[in-house]
Amino acid sequence: MSRFSAENLTLAREIVSRYPRPKSAVIPLLHLAQEQEGWISEEAMREIAELVGVTPAEVRGTGTFYEMFHFEPIGRYLLNICGTMSCALMGAGELMHAAEEELGVRAGGTTDDGLITLHGAECQAACTEAPCLQVNYRYRFRVTPDGVRQLIADLRSGALSDEIPPHGTLATVRQHIPSDRAVGAVDPDVDTAPPAWIPVTVEGASS
Amino acid sequence: MSTTEDTGAEVDDEVVEPDPDAVSITVNGRSVTARRGDLVIAAAERAGDYIPRFCYHPRMSSVGMCRQCLVEIDTGRGPMLQPSCMVTVSEGMVVDTESETTKRAQEGILELLLANHPLDCPVCDKGGECPLQDQAFSHGPGESRYVEEKRHYEKPIPISDLVYLDRERCILCDRCTRFADEVAGDALIHFIDRGNATQVNTFPDEPFSSYFSGNTVQICPVGALTAKPYRFKARPWDLEQVESTCTSCSVGCRISVHSSRDRLLRFQGVDDEAVNWGWLCDRGRFNFESVHADRRLAEPLIRSAEGLVPTDWSSALSITADLIRSAVDGGGPGSVAVLGGARGTNEDALAWSALADALGVESRDARLGDGLGLDLLDLPRATIADLASASTVVLMAPDLKEELPVLHLRLRDAALRSGTRVIEFTQSGSGLTRHAWRSIRHLPGTGASAVAEALADAEVAAQLASGPVVVVAGRQNLAESAEALSDRVGAVLAAAPEAGVLPVLRRGNTMGALAAGLHGPRDAADILREAAEGRIDLLILLGSDPLADFPDSRLARTALARVGRIVSLDGHLCASSEQADVVLPVAVMGEKSGTTTNLEGRVTPVSQKVTVHGTARPDWMIALDLASRLGVDLGVADLGDLTARVTADDRGVWSVPTGVEPAHFESVVGTNYDFRLVLSRRLYDAAVSTQCSPSLEGLAGGRGLSVHPSDLERIGVASGDDVKVIGPRGSVVLPPGCRTASAPTRPVRSDCSRPSPTASNSSSKRTSSPSAPIGWSSSWRRSSPSCRPS
Amino acid sequence: MTVETYPWAPGFVAGDRPRIVTSRFEHEDSHTLERYMATGGYEGLRAALAKPAAEVHEQVRGSTLLGRGGAGFPAGVKWGLTPEGVYPRYLVVNGDESEPGTYKDRLLMERDPHQLIEGCLIACYAAGLSRCFLYIRGEMALAQERVATALNEAYAAGLVGRDILGSGFGVDIVLHWGAGAYVVGEETALIESLEGNRGMPRLKPPFFPAAIGLYGKPTIVNNVETLSNLPFIAANGAEAYTAIGTETSPGTRMVAVSGHVRRPGVYEIVNGTTTFRDLLYGEEFCGGIRDGNELKAFVPGGGSAPWFLPDQLDLPFEGRQVGAAGSMLGSGAIMVMDSTTDIPAAALTLTRFYAHESCGKCVPCREGGTWLMRVLERVVAGEGTTDDLDLLLEVGQSICPGDMPHASSEALGLEATPFPYKMTTICFVGPSAYVPVHSALTLFRSEFEERVAPSRSRTRIPVVAVGGGQ
Ligand SMILES: Cc1cc2nc3c(=O)[nH]c(=O)nc-3n(C[C@H](O)[C@H](O)[C@H](O)COP(=O)(O)O)c2cc1C
Ligand code: SF4
Ligand code: FES
Repeated sequence: MSRFSAENLTLAREIVSRYPRPKSAVIPLLHLAQEQEGWISEEAMREIAELVGVTPAEVRGTGTFYEMFHFEPIGRYLLNICGTMSCALMGAGELMHAAEEELGVRAGGTTDDGLITLHGAECQAACTEAPCLQVNYRYRFRVTPDGVRQLIADLRSGALSDEIPPHGTLATVRQHIPSDRAVGAVDPDVDTAPPAWIPVTVEGASS
Repeated sequence: MSTTEDTGAEVDDEVVEPDPDAVSITVNGRSVTARRGDLVIAAAERAGDYIPRFCYHPRMSSVGMCRQCLVEIDTGRGPMLQPSCMVTVSEGMVVDTESETTKRAQEGILELLLANHPLDCPVCDKGGECPLQDQAFSHGPGESRYVEEKRHYEKPIPISDLVYLDRERCILCDRCTRFADEVAGDALIHFIDRGNATQVNTFPDEPFSSYFSGNTVQICPVGALTAKPYRFKARPWDLEQVESTCTSCSVGCRISVHSSRDRLLRFQGVDDEAVNWGWLCDRGRFNFESVHADRRLAEPLIRSAEGLVPTDWSSALSITADLIRSAVDGGGPGSVAVLGGARGTNEDALAWSALADALGVESRDARLGDGLGLDLLDLPRATIADLASASTVVLMAPDLKEELPVLHLRLRDAALRSGTRVIEFTQSGSGLTRHAWRSIRHLPGTGASAVAEALADAEVAAQLASGPVVVVAGRQNLAESAEALSDRVGAVLAAAPEAGVLPVLRRGNTMGALAAGLHGPRDAADILREAAEGRIDLLILLGSDPLADFPDSRLARTALARVGRIVSLDGHLCASSEQADVVLPVAVMGEKSGTTTNLEGRVTPVSQKVTVHGTARPDWMIALDLASRLGVDLGVADLGDLTARVTADDRGVWSVPTGVEPAHFESVVGTNYDFRLVLSRRLYDAAVSTQCSPSLEGLAGGRGLSVHPSDLERIGVASGDDVKVIGPRGSVVLPPGCRTASAPTRPVRSDCSRPSPTASNSSSKRTSSPSAPIGWSSSWRRSSPSCRPS
Repeated sequence: MTVETYPWAPGFVAGDRPRIVTSRFEHEDSHTLERYMATGGYEGLRAALAKPAAEVHEQVRGSTLLGRGGAGFPAGVKWGLTPEGVYPRYLVVNGDESEPGTYKDRLLMERDPHQLIEGCLIACYAAGLSRCFLYIRGEMALAQERVATALNEAYAAGLVGRDILGSGFGVDIVLHWGAGAYVVGEETALIESLEGNRGMPRLKPPFFPAAIGLYGKPTIVNNVETLSNLPFIAANGAEAYTAIGTETSPGTRMVAVSGHVRRPGVYEIVNGTTTFRDLLYGEEFCGGIRDGNELKAFVPGGGSAPWFLPDQLDLPFEGRQVGAAGSMLGSGAIMVMDSTTDIPAAALTLTRFYAHESCGKCVPCREGGTWLMRVLERVVAGEGTTDDLDLLLEVGQSICPGDMPHASSEALGLEATPFPYKMTTICFVGPSAYVPVHSALTLFRSEFEERVAPSRSRTRIPVVAVGGGQ
């Protein structure tokens, strides 16, 4: 079962409607699929293709460009250890060693119990808090090797299951545009009038 | 892309208005005149300075991906390295394609391009005609310092039934993927992954089954894409080639025919500005295989007690001459009829027409009841170029993608890139529905009112008045008569009197055959009716197969059974020729020279490239031989005389002088049925050239039926069941095949649409059932208002 | 002077300096509408709506607000580049912050989302933009959540959407987030990504987004920090803004200093006057190099910037002077390396980053970046030769032909070569893979030479094999 749930299908349609062209919703919908299943199946890509009116090949072309989408099942927790300059200068290498040792998998691997996938990551925009890492895109700053071991223990014991949702969920709050407040998306090729608050000066005339 | 000719002409004239679009630039120290909007790469090439390139293709948008075309361009702020495929000319621009910096950059790019290239040129189909190989010689560094491990992929993977992809050879120029998306509209191949790991691929289990896939093989600048029919067949330096015209349909795409050791090996599209822009459809590109098919006829056959048996030409011709003489002498010239001629050259048609004239035979028709009325062909003709530059195109035709694929590409391009607005009248949707400005759906039999209603719409009227209009007219529903179409076209022409008409004809040289005179007071239907009544003593089939092609197959069957004698001229044995008394094997395209006439009336040469199969001869030669045996003088002695007649008036365009008044037609719709039938054809069908080409044969889906799932549900048919379709002229049982189409999902498709384009419809123009022929059809519930265009 | 780090704003270090965009950071609830309203929120928008749009645009032009995304192009001028009369026009907010070392936009989105929303509204009003897409980097779950919450609050309060504050002005802000691709921060790639495509940059010129952007329509792409300055400018006027900083670089800037300093952090500094020495050594800033070590080198403007030596410490944080000295300010990110740093390894972390982040479009970046990375990996592992060092520079020449910018060094007797460089690629990702290699090799060649064996005879392979018959 990897088609959208009824609820997510409604949400997906709402997301599509926010964009002047449906294809813009490809990335949001891939996120939605990943939120629902933890990863993105071929069937999910087919469904997204249908929803936005492109071919599945196009959806896959877009999806595989981006790092965060996973096209095979991965762990419930994705542990991303940053290894770019600032973190590298501050000891990211040791963190990675500690994590590899503790998890018994190399970077890129998933633990046998399917709980944790370990990845090396690129700069996470927390360089002043180096070395840092993310678990399902939730930050941990100035992490020590011991800190990594503790984190893994907490993930295993379930101590963090309230704080950290399963892989695929990013923001836990979604934007909702109330229909009575929305300006709405218009076709850029059809509605080419200037916005109402801009005085028009076509051939000297003004409104 | 053609601009310097105009500006070149200016120099000769005395005083001409300065061209406001002329831009003068300097290329390698020489002053060159280009036109506003020209890309530097194209302007330089016309000036004789070829800039190396891989991703740039003049018929597609520039992406600036390969960076091979970097040159130094100075627009007043000092020379800067710029991709010449992305920069348009501007006044005073200075371009240096040979500077040290340019050379250094081009060498550097080549070294990088080759870094991950497998260098397997000796076993690569492209070796010897490979831009990467050539440019590595002319602009490359000569050697590489790359010692790292190269990228590895599984060696060629099939991405469709016709095309293989070798990702190790691929240089990621985006040509094939851009073609699939931009030109063909079948975005089924795409880049996946990123950066150094980027590759071209299809979606799993969803092959690149585009009618245009072969073009990607032709435009691939390396040997990454190869065509199944050609793989490992030849080395480029062994190939001989000649320019010719494809006659698979009436578009008349220009091709280059390649052969080696007297076998045809491939067709390549030739970029003809007026016609095909270098593109071909896969049927036209690959059906040359049928020329060397086992089913080709090698020697004449005559009917004996054992059936058809081989004989020699001399006896076959003298028997044929006897048959003609005795028919004419016995029942008069009216007892002889000639059907066909559209698959041959103009010269073939002209010779047979002259022979018929000499014998007084008036019953002849190059159409087979599935074509257009002569009145339509007599209307002011539009060209493909007119269509591409029209402000409005009124489309009342079968799905061009299925019938005239390259015309579909040209119209698609016009709609997407030139702002041409397409008003489509359709009974079942088409490949262009997505891009139509108005797609007006109507029920079969209600075309006239749909047109009247549309013309009454003020917006439509304003659009028609806004500029040149071209009407594309063809039979989109063979269950409706040709006259019904004439009526609708007439209505549009009344509203847009200046409009030109582009007729949609499926068979290659229908236009030429008609112009040569292969039509008379009685059309194919009349002739078959007379035959069925036993009034025809001799029927001559010029490469035609009424049993398969005539829409009313019951009539065709009765006619062929009742007719006295049949002489068939054909390249392959077909259903009708199997019933003939004499079968004369003829040379097919690729084996004979002459000219052909496309739907515009444009006359272009076809060329012989290989020796004819067996003892086959061209149709014209047979006509001349028969004439001399019959003692009539046709006034022509050889092919040269015939061609001279075709090209006599030097117009390059042949028209069909018929003087026929448009007929008027009242549509009559049966009211006792639940559904209305749309009868149409698909690109790959039971045509001999498709069926005898091993690469294409499997692509024809056979006959099928398309019904909206909700209708199936309503009448309680499960999706795997056979369905019996009953109509006024018979019934037919059809397999489920294409009915499995899911509900339409694309926003532009209404509830009554055909299945999405990826779902496979099957169809056939042939039927062996005792009923009216059934192609695929959409279901139309009587008086279902939701099916009406909105 | 006080120096204070707020635990709820990791990375951020306050101080006794003029603050424009971080003024609310000391409040734990700075991201809520309630706090925002209590601290002058949406006053800038009200002030703007009281004036004709053109006047607000003029005000922004007058403030000389420079883009904070990297290129430093004046926002008011950019807005004016849209072709006359072509609508709709879009605003795309660049919140894709991924440049190595850069850390400010995420803080602004997490800590003061309403300030950003207000900035977007002012920009849309002033430049006649009829729809706004707020593109947040995919990996920033908290920022997405905070901005989503803020947008929901703002819609409910009638601050976004139809008929804002009863003025007749209306615009939707659509929250969109990415999925992990550094290059998408480049504005044309951002637009591609927003259209649902692979984030591959489009070539510009001929078409800048302001002329042909999202859906082929005029599009303004602005950075989060750039837009976050607008409420202040609209509320207080251009003069109040230009009163801070210098004439060419007015206002303040957020700068992230990371690496081997005692107090790494994000600082809002006065633009144009603060020097690198102030930043790295000043007590109100980083307080010197960690463990009392010596400074070896620093990257002044994000991972793409050529490196500086201690020789350049007295340069002010000002675009032109830094450019003349051989580097750039980029996204306001300083990465500091002390004397213990393994220079070739440090360069490799950056080259690996850019090679990995190549979109794959341009051959020099796709092939050259990876090639550089492979050779450098070999060198760092001690398996290279001296020829490899030359090879690095030669491959680099295929990406950036001609002179590369670099810093001056008294010790090495080097004159500075000013920024920028020539490039054979569309965007800066390709060159950025080479920049650290070039900087490190130019300024610290001896550290490489210690690592490699003397030249072996170099392997050279003919580039094409020729099939028979020709
Ligand atoms: C490779 C590359 C990455 C970039 N990444 C970012 C980024 O993450 N955030 C950003 O605001 N600008 C980034 N930019 C700069 C943008 O292209 C663009 O100049 C900027 O968003 C414009 O906003 P501004 O005028 O407000 O600075 C990047 C540019 C390049 C070439
Ligand atoms: S330089 Fe690299 S990242 Fe930038 S467009 Fe070219 S290939 Fe893509
Ligand atoms: S031909 Fe211009 S970049 Fe490829």
